[in-house]
Amino acid sequence: MEYIVLVISAVLIKNILLAEYLGNCPFLGTSKRMDTAVGMGLAVIFVMTIATAVTYVVQHMVLVPLNLGYLQTIAFILVIAALVQFVEMFLRKFAPPLYVALGIFLPLITTNCAVLGTAILCIRRDMNFPEAVVFAIASASGFTLALILLAGIRERLEISNVPRALRGTAIGLIMAGLMSLAFFGFVGVDGSLKEFIQN
Amino acid sequence: MKLLRTFTKGLWEELPPFRLVLGLCPVLAVTKSAETGLGMGLAVIFVLTCSNVLVSCLRNVIPRKVRIASYIVIIASFVVMVELASQAFFYKIYESLGIFIPLIVVNCIILGRAEAFASRNGIIPSALDGLGIGLGFTMSLTVLGAIREILGAGTLFGTQVMWSSFRPFTFMVEAPGAFISLGVLLALMNAFSKTQQS
Repeated sequence: MEYIVLVISAVLIKNILLAEYLGNCPFLGTSKRMDTAVGMGLAVIFVMTIATAVTYVVQHMVLVPLNLGYLQTIAFILVIAALVQFVEMFLRKFAPPLYVALGIFLPLITTNCAVLGTAILCIRRDMNFPEAVVFAIASASGFTLALILLAGIRERLEISNVPRALRGTAIGLIMAGLMSLAFFGFVGVDGSLKEFIQN
Repeated sequence: MKLLRTFTKGLWEELPPFRLVLGLCPVLAVTKSAETGLGMGLAVIFVLTCSNVLVSCLRNVIPRKVRIASYIVIIASFVVMVELASQAFFYKIYESLGIFIPLIVVNCIILGRAEAFASRNGIIPSALDGLGIGLGFTMSLTVLGAIREILGAGTLFGTQVMWSSFRPFTFMVEAPGAFISLGVLLALMNAFSKTQQS
């Protein structure tokens, strides 16, 4: 049951984009059109889940036993970069349609701070392995949700009359701000849900 | 003269994150107050300058195919230095920046400068480019942090600056305020450079 609270909290309340400020470059970069937003979102769900699981194992099987905790940043980024490369090769060989759909987004994900950020957050919050995986899936779904919502808004903005100075990224940021304000409405839902489950 | 321009272009023409819209996550996350903005900026100046110098030194040694991975390792090493140093000497800043210190590794500005500038230029221009862009980034972060801190908490660098009956707009120090104030600043920059051109 705690997993439900964890998922709701990661998707709606502490949304990785709108409340935790992670992964904003692809958020603004790929939200101009709906199809790129969907592609990016799916690629992030895929990579973030695998990356969090693998970095979790690396941290607890390699870095902690060998007392190399200070190498966490370097180790994680290398693992993620290698993993993205590997996923790309694997998809090209075994799932060409998926590769065609996600291919161009995969290299971008290496420098997506949401992936590294989620991996580090799981370690810093002392989650156990299933919690970390569920947290990664939920965070990535929250990312996809916010990305698709923003893409919907920005497609509408294309045909409306926006002042020249605001066009492009500026209005995108303000829209993201308004969305983040709307998501603030979910604050406290996790607490009452916890109470509800306990009773 | 050319060297001077390499340095000063980061302060206005290519001022990050407004002209180079890259590396937005730390910009949004650490500008809750002017102090954290400044701390983040200084960390970025150090990492950017050092990684630019090292990438420039090694530019003829690194094979083209693995260059991005090599740049990431170079950047990550300097980030670890900053992380350990700030943990030892500036613990308060380290606490408030939290996860965003290790995330300097994936700040696109740093990788972007390594790829676009340091891998093609000598050591001195690369160092100046890193310093200039880093200084511009620090400036933007501090200004954005100051605006958000003044409106959102009524203080600047921790001292009260607004009148005593001022009711702070708390939303300015939360996530929505970060997005909206950055968007408005970006629009103002756009409007200003349009009038300058015409």
